[in-house]
Amino acid sequence: MLTRVYDNLIVQTVCRVMIPFIQIYALYVIAHGHYSPGGGFQGGVILTAALALIFLAYGQEPAARRMNRRQASMLCAAGVAIYAGIGLYCLLAGGNFLDYSMLAPLLHVSVPRARSLGILGVEVGVGLAVMTAMYSIILDIAGNHEDESDSDPESCSTPKPGSIS
Amino acid sequence: MIWQLDFLLLLFVVICALAAINLKDLLSAVIILGAFSFFMCLLWTEMGAIDVAFTEASVATAVSTLLFVGAICKTTRRSKD
Repeated sequence: MLTRVYDNLIVQTVCRVMIPFIQIYALYVIAHGHYSPGGGFQGGVILTAALALIFLAYGQEPAARRMNRRQASMLCAAGVAIYAGIGLYCLLAGGNFLDYSMLAPLLHVSVPRARSLGILGVEVGVGLAVMTAMYSIILDIAGNHEDESDSDPESCSTPKPGSIS
Repeated sequence: MIWQLDFLLLLFVVICALAAINLKDLLSAVIILGAFSFFMCLLWTEMGAIDVAFTEASVATAVSTLLFVGAICKTTRRSKD
């Protein structure tokens, strides 16, 4: 399992310094997704990388204190709801699904500006959903489940002789 | 496009892929697969596909390597074949 708690000062300090910059960069990627390369998916994956860095450097407990499985699932649903909500609002306002020009009367802006803001809202929803979905996948694969007690701290470095391949 | 740089990156990609297939130690294979993804990312950038390179760098190099390492920790590190 990847659940052994490392007390490595260098790794923890480097992660503590790097994680805010990684998250700011991810927010930049999400916010500039409609001007430049990047977008919701890439920014969400970079946010996941920051959470996974906490998971690797500090262990599962500090990572779960920042976001546990339940919060991850709820935020994932919230991200999907943002995406689908913007699309369905445009559908109900008389346009096609994700037709952002229908957001213009709601936001009191011009139609090109409404299209830009609509893409930004969709990117935020996609980023939230991708971050939390990937984080729950990482927790499921690498995390220690509560009902399991077979945490072998050396299983990553030394293969067990009788284990099934 | 600089064909010398393309050729060099493609050579590294092929070398990394062959090494990742042939290694018996699965953890080393995963790390070399990360290097493969990184060279692919440089190759996408060189060919002008910045968006694909971005996705390759974030997904293949970071997250899938972590998932592979988690899967290896759940099973065994040595390949039997």
